Amino acid sequence: MPSIVSVRDLTKTYASGFQALKSVNLEIAEGEILALLGPNGAGKTTLISTICGIVQPTSGQISVGGHDVVRDFRGARDLIGLVPQEITLEPFEKVFNAVSFSRGLFGKAPDAAYVERVLRQLSLWDKKDSIIQRLSGGMKRRVLIAKALAHGPRVLFLDEPSAGVDVELRKDMWAVVADLKVAGVTIILTTHYIEEAEAIADRVGVINKGEILLVEDKAALMQRMGQKRLHIDLAAPIAAVPEALAAYALDLGPEGRSVIFTYDTKGERTGIVTLLNDLRAAGLQMTDLATRQSSLEDIFVGLVRGQV
Amino acid sequence: MNFHAIRVIFLREMARFRRTIMESLISPVISTSLYFVVFGAAIGTRIAAVDGVSYGAFIVPGLIMLTVITQSVSNASFAIHFPKFIGSIYELLSAPVSYVEIVIGYVGAAAVKSVLIGLVILATAYLFVDLPIAHPVAMFALLAVTSFSFSLFGFIIGIWAKDFQQLQLIPLLVLTPLIFLGGSFYSVDMLPGVWRTIALFNPVVYLVSVFRWSFFDTADVPVAVSLLAIAAFTALCLTAVWWIFRTGWRIRQ
Repeated sequence: MPSIVSVRDLTKTYASGFQALKSVNLEIAEGEILALLGPNGAGKTTLISTICGIVQPTSGQISVGGHDVVRDFRGARDLIGLVPQEITLEPFEKVFNAVSFSRGLFGKAPDAAYVERVLRQLSLWDKKDSIIQRLSGGMKRRVLIAKALAHGPRVLFLDEPSAGVDVELRKDMWAVVADLKVAGVTIILTTHYIEEAEAIADRVGVINKGEILLVEDKAALMQRMGQKRLHIDLAAPIAAVPEALAAYALDLGPEGRSVIFTYDTKGERTGIVTLLNDLRAAGLQMTDLATRQSSLEDIFVGLVRGQV
Repeated sequence: MNFHAIRVIFLREMARFRRTIMESLISPVISTSLYFVVFGAAIGTRIAAVDGVSYGAFIVPGLIMLTVITQSVSNASFAIHFPKFIGSIYELLSAPVSYVEIVIGYVGAAAVKSVLIGLVILATAYLFVDLPIAHPVAMFALLAVTSFSFSLFGFIIGIWAKDFQQLQLIPLLVLTPLIFLGGSFYSVDMLPGVWRTIALFNPVVYLVSVFRWSFFDTADVPVAVSLLAIAAFTALCLTAVWWIFRTGWRIRQ
């Protein structure tokens, strides 16, 4: 599938001297949902703010739908909707007017029926005449999403959509994201929540200290998560895994006091029983067994610490 | 040109004007009326006519300018500073709008508000004094140009200010003295020698002078000089705005 968003060698150094992005390359396919995972201060918000035009790039190129975001900012921004992380709304405006304002700002003629559809989709229709200031936090967040959708964007950026949001709203939001995906909208979201990435993303990118460490299909990551590791503690340390056990591709634990067997829980045969028999046959005595599941979290934490 | 963007920015600013009609229209009109009462009706009757115009009438153009200038600056600076302060400016920065459209929307709305305020004050003045208008078209044009250029100036202050204290700083420390020493209450010719020369460095003098000319057909400084000064000030503000958006200064990181 062709890229709708293309980021090449993007760097951003703020006036303070802080380098938020170090040579970021990223291709986002049309119609996909990409989750950008990363700890606080990783550069997630800087990256999407730069694509959306709020932050000026220091060097590198970004194009959206083939339009350079600096030279042809109108062409690029026409396609983009942005839901910011913080609730930043004009407090004294009515919901309907706020959403209509966004539509106009993006160069679209007034269309009350379209705005109504967006508000209904986000369960905001009965609040259309409410003053934003009087809404609950969750409702305000819905208004932010409605504003971002008011001009019918082809690419939607959601910056930390689940931060401080209750379960109901999160589920609603995921449903909206699913609807948008069906309509062919490309969605990029940043999140700390691994479960969120798991629930809705097609691909997952991990970003830390201004660098993209990995962008991978969620399915491939799930495959990795499907693996479990069996730690077998030994009574006496060994210097190397015996030849007879080579077929199991065992890893040696610290100081040779354990061996680690990686297996696929989805496989028909895990090979655990035969391994244990063969261990005994090789003359190794076991003192304890433990299994551990590698989760996206492990992969994530490993990457962020600089070790895969 | 993104006309829809200009339309929604302009209409939203005018909606704010309607919503806060008490603060934005009624209060400047009331405070100016107090000047009419005190300086025009009470003290004015004991002051001799200036350049053949009764004192009560003489101060009207200056008072309109005073209010129009302060209102233009405060409206326009608040209009752009507020979204910067609460963060909703993100939308403006990520929308397909150029700075020309942003400026037309915000500065246009602030200028229209000021013209409306100026006209209401003018109408109020008729309750207190008899006022001829020698050049009505020029009067309206000057009102519009002043509103526009000082709204532009306010817009710059709104972007420059880092907080609400700074937002008040320039109007309080710079504008108020300039306006009060700008010949609203007296003719520059009435000042003694050296003070008259100093006064000529005050840009507001030129504004008040030419505006007063549009009413009474007499001016402290030649009309052409005044028009040149106004044009120079407007050009300066336009250049500053152009530079701000070109560099992203205090708006785009």
